[in-house]
Amino acid sequence: MNYAVFEAGLPDATLSCRDLCKSYQKGSPVLQNFNCTLPAGKIVGLLGPNGCGKSTLMKLICGLLTPDSGEILICGQPRTEKSNALISYLPERTYFDAYMKVCSLLDYFCDFYADFDRALAERLLADLNVPLNAKLRALSKGTKEKVQLVMVMARRAKLYLLDEPIAGVDPAARDYILHTIIGNYNPEATVVITTHLIHDIEPVLDEFAFMGRGGEILLSGVADDVRAERGKSLDELFREVFACSANS
Amino acid sequence: MGWQFNSKEPVFLQIADRLRLGILRGDYGSPDTQFPTVRALAEASGANPNTVQRALAVLEEEGLLCTKGTVGRFVTDNTQTLQTAAESARREAVRKWLAEAKELGISAKTLIQYIQEEETT
Repeated sequence: MNYAVFEAGLPDATLSCRDLCKSYQKGSPVLQNFNCTLPAGKIVGLLGPNGCGKSTLMKLICGLLTPDSGEILICGQPRTEKSNALISYLPERTYFDAYMKVCSLLDYFCDFYADFDRALAERLLADLNVPLNAKLRALSKGTKEKVQLVMVMARRAKLYLLDEPIAGVDPAARDYILHTIIGNYNPEATVVITTHLIHDIEPVLDEFAFMGRGGEILLSGVADDVRAERGKSLDELFREVFACSANS
Repeated sequence: MGWQFNSKEPVFLQIADRLRLGILRGDYGSPDTQFPTVRALAEASGANPNTVQRALAVLEEEGLLCTKGTVGRFVTDNTQTLQTAAESARREAVRKWLAEAKELGISAKTLIQYIQEEETT
């Protein structure tokens, strides 16, 4: 079995980043020489405190930002607009037009993405009791977030980037969202989830990486191996690792 | 939704424990019955499919499950293996329980007396 590594490795992995650098302001890099190689069939948790560069990394991978230097390969190819057909991205904030109806959103995704599975999306929306003729602005914040996740997970993409998918919703909805992620698991696809709500997400993750300042990977590995080795949950480890780095 | 996991221990071992108990109790049917798929178990447990896969590998190693080509996994048809595993599971349960009694300073003699009293009530 292949594992996710946070160094530059095989270029034919689903996602490969090499020496990625990004700063918004001169002299304070958000990402500094970030490397990773993620194979297919993994659910990887990118865990780190606020401001460590998780969202920036995701935006770089899906082309919303341009790296200052470094290289991003998606399924072995350098990132271009065409790579976006392979990437399904859940941003932190919702970007849908509030006056759009849920059913027109479905039409929109069908037009936009060749890999969108409308039947699956409709089934998931039915599970959530979201009426298809409702306007998005009539839905609660949590429901809107669920709709957005459904749209993202109903694509047959190679790489899913989920930026804080569970942060804004209640615990029951969290369960539903995690269940959707598991239910959609595809051995050919890789899912990257960023969050600081580690406890909720522990059983879902194969592998994890703790990301510190500047995108530095402080600890990474197979979640169960780390639990076996240290007899600790990822949540506890997270508290330890980031408590230590605060003192240094 | 999902199973409760203790996140300090490897999740795959917890899944294996739970499935083993189910197999020995006959929850998954008689020997040689087809076992649920990785996907189904992942959905039921709320755990990652690769983690479930790893748990199933443990049970295969123990001989409780076997793979038949591409058809899937089955509960073993070897009743000897099942009986041995059930026996060791029972012993393990009693051992744990005894260790707890020992910590409370209960002697074997008192313990037997307690058991008899509990049985009659």
